[in-house]
Amino acid sequence: MEEMKVDKRYIQWEKRADNWMDAIRISAQPLLQEQKITTNYVEAMITNIQELGPYILIAPNVALPHARPEQGVNEIGLSVTVFQEMVFFDKAEAEKPSEAKIFICLAAKDSESHLNLLKEISSLIENEEMITRMMNTNSEEELHEIFE
Amino acid sequence: MKILAVCGMGFGSSLMLKMTADRVIQKKGINAEVEATDIGTAESVQADLILTNNEFASQLEGGKSAVKAIMNMASEEEVGKAIDEFLENNK
Repeated sequence: MEEMKVDKRYIQWEKRADNWMDAIRISAQPLLQEQKITTNYVEAMITNIQELGPYILIAPNVALPHARPEQGVNEIGLSVTVFQEMVFFDKAEAEKPSEAKIFICLAAKDSESHLNLLKEISSLIENEEMITRMMNTNSEEELHEIFE
Repeated sequence: MKILAVCGMGFGSSLMLKMTADRVIQKKGINAEVEATDIGTAESVQADLILTNNEFASQLEGGKSAVKAIMNMASEEEVGKAIDEFLENNK
């Protein structure tokens, strides 16, 4: 399995978010700052969830906020944000846990590069030990060390 | 058999789920085709088994296809179990 490489600029550690919408905006911040996405993309990620429900939960405790490339992606990118406090989504119909601590914000442009990123994320979330380590960090420095 | 991986946009978690399912059927030697799609078109696609998240599983249940909710889209173990259960129930 390939190791996921993420530049420090795109790794954030946060104490908490006010709500899931706030969490998505925070998780998109590094991509927005580097102009990889537009503000429209950020709002599209939120609107999509309001319409469809929290479909971005890809594994226990892990969310993958993303929207369509045409909704405002300038350049392919990915950011990882760990929230110390659990972020809750509106209750899903199935009444199963709708919550996450790790937000992997994804901006895709074309299908090939997109698939490579998904493969990397896939190998990350398959590794439960890594997910646990990430969730148990207490500072941004600690989180950075994991990705070094 | 035909497996449908469903998510909100049709290119995020459903593709991830498809990659996992592809690995599983290859390892198990199951003759199956896996397609990724979004929730909007899922109901118009013919499939034997639908793999999706909790949120969409409850929406898609009750149709012609069997539906299994997957918690971890990258877990070969979980996806493998869902496929095995389906095959067991449809012998």
